[in-house]
Amino acid sequence: MNNNWSWETFMDALPFVLQGLWITVSLTITCYLFALLLGFVWTFLRKVPNKFFNWVVTWVMEFIRSTPPLVQLFFLFYAWPMIPGIGVTLSPFTSAVLGLGIHFSTYIGEIYRSGIESIDKGQWEASKALNFSTIDKWRKIILPQAIPPTIPMLGNYFIIMFKEVPLASTITVAGIMLMANSYGAQNWSYLEPLTIVGIIFLVLSYPSAVLIKKLEVKMNARFDKNAAIK
Amino acid sequence: MFNLEFYSEPKPKLEGVIIMNAIIEIFPQLARGLHVTITVLLASAILAYLMAFIAGLCRLSGNIIIRKFTGFYVEVFRGTSLIVQLFWLYYAIPMLFGIQLGSNWWTGVIAIGLNYGAYLSEVVRGSILSVAQGQSEAATALNMSRFQRMRLVIFPQAVRMMLPEFGNYTIQMLKGTSLVSLIGMTDILYYGDILRSSNLSQAPIVYLLVLVFYFILALPLIWLTRKGEHISKKGVANG
Amino acid sequence: MTEPIVRFQDVHKSFGDFDVLKGINLDIKPAEKVAVIGPSGSGKTTIIRMLMTLEEPSSGDIIVDGKNLWKMKKKEKMVKANEKHLREVRGDIGMVFQHFNLFPHMTILENCMTAPIHVKKENKEEVRDRSVKMLERVGLGDKLDSYPNQLSGGQKQRVAMARALVMRPKIMLFDEVTSALDPELVGEVLEVIRDLAKHEDMAMVLVTHEMDFALDIADKVLFLDEGVIAEQGTASEVIEHSENERLQGFLRRFRG
Repeated sequence: MNNNWSWETFMDALPFVLQGLWITVSLTITCYLFALLLGFVWTFLRKVPNKFFNWVVTWVMEFIRSTPPLVQLFFLFYAWPMIPGIGVTLSPFTSAVLGLGIHFSTYIGEIYRSGIESIDKGQWEASKALNFSTIDKWRKIILPQAIPPTIPMLGNYFIIMFKEVPLASTITVAGIMLMANSYGAQNWSYLEPLTIVGIIFLVLSYPSAVLIKKLEVKMNARFDKNAAIK
Repeated sequence: MFNLEFYSEPKPKLEGVIIMNAIIEIFPQLARGLHVTITVLLASAILAYLMAFIAGLCRLSGNIIIRKFTGFYVEVFRGTSLIVQLFWLYYAIPMLFGIQLGSNWWTGVIAIGLNYGAYLSEVVRGSILSVAQGQSEAATALNMSRFQRMRLVIFPQAVRMMLPEFGNYTIQMLKGTSLVSLIGMTDILYYGDILRSSNLSQAPIVYLLVLVFYFILALPLIWLTRKGEHISKKGVANG
Repeated sequence: MTEPIVRFQDVHKSFGDFDVLKGINLDIKPAEKVAVIGPSGSGKTTIIRMLMTLEEPSSGDIIVDGKNLWKMKKKEKMVKANEKHLREVRGDIGMVFQHFNLFPHMTILENCMTAPIHVKKENKEEVRDRSVKMLERVGLGDKLDSYPNQLSGGQKQRVAMARALVMRPKIMLFDEVTSALDPELVGEVLEVIRDLAKHEDMAMVLVTHEMDFALDIADKVLFLDEGVIAEQGTASEVIEHSENERLQGFLRRFRG
């Protein structure tokens, strides 16, 4: 194996690795949208007024959340087709969307819930006192207050998702990580292509994180929680 | 035709037995990886906690060089993926330092430890900063030195605040240990992969059991995290 | 004439462009009880926060017991005080805060004991005895092992006073200590202060809005207005004989 850093290899690997960028980015976006949607389902399920059902939902979420997404990907990719009756073969991309999407939807669901729970009790009472209908109550009072504070948190999860997407290289999704590994396998030098992957992640995620931090500060200033009480 | 139908009748029962037998067969196989998973988790958690406090405090230091340097470490490790770092270190350590660590175990521990150390250092820093200003002022009014203020007043409160996040990140670390199977470490997932490739039709039970294994390991951590949340809710002044 | 224990010499303080204090000159004698009154934003709290080293003056000198608080001698030149110098000089000063600032992770007794043990390196048993006595004196002898969040606001403030007193300060600063309390709890805290004023020979500086109380116990009243001491004297001098219109207006508003 090549044991010395070479800028020549670096420049040679760069276009090769970049070929995978589109897949990485589009997988991130697809996973994220799927998780955002599925998050609503969890929030809704946890609102069902049945103790036993709630308990089951809570622990299913806990199970998904505290087991490795890597294993969940393997399950969907290798095991799902083998399940008698319901199993179908999933493409690597679909497996990744389902696997990472489901995994992170449990976190997203919690964010939605925290948004709803952060609303002051007085707001619910006020909307009751003003005789709003259920739909109006949610549309005009609750959601406009619940959504904005969650936006920075949701933004953070977009970045987290982006950084988890290279896991999909293990089930042959041809993003930058897989490209780097296959370049390494072909040329016996892994370090340069992997460094490129690291730099790409840094270049894309760091500015986004800074942006979200700014957004958070702005949101906090606008939605001073004490304002409703003062 | 007739024969087939005759045979298909007791099938549900038979399938149940097959699954039970498979579980009994698979479980001990997976358990062989328990040792690696747990030791990697413990060692990387210790490294991560250590890095968290060192880097967290360094980022609050008055010295700008120390601050920038730790900032660089934190942002690089938070800005890239664990899997990328793991593979990078796997190839870089022998090259950059000219040493073989002797085993990939260390590579896994260093990658996971440094990665989550970076995340946790932000928790340490944030908790220290969020201890109310008045606490430090009261300590000053009692004529405590800078070090005493930190040790007796700020730190004990900050640590309480950190507990839930330390719990959460330890669960993340447990999940992260599954990556070491990718660099050839014989952890739970590694044995799962072996079983799967030797008998593809067993894949669903194998991976389900792997997940159950990780979940069982996570349960005490989940419990500790909830306990930590409970503790952190009392005994802290912030604002 | 006794030497003052605290002396402010032309002390200025500004936050950014905003000048809070515009030249404060002030002497406090040992055992003197001083009340600082004035409209909010007049810089009352800033005066005692600078004395406690929580805020650095922009210019001027603060002398505590003959020693310059914020400046020290280094190679024959006066330079900004370091942490060590500050600790040396502020050791005789104690402070009680508007928001109590009790240590929430310690019991009431530990709150009182921690500083004498760690800062003054005193004997633990001795400190315990003294702390228990002090807590009994403020009426909390039955709460020694409670945590601050189990107490009412008035009780918390009494603990805060005990905590400061155990350090045996020569100067005690009270920063609007009743402002954060429910009205029905104000009395119990003022009672403790009155007791201290009567029986302790330390200097006390009270920043307060409890006008009648302040005028009652104070040897000297300072009326702070727009960053300067607009009026000072005994209570009766300030109330009855002052020509200062802003002071009269202020008193009318606060004394009903």
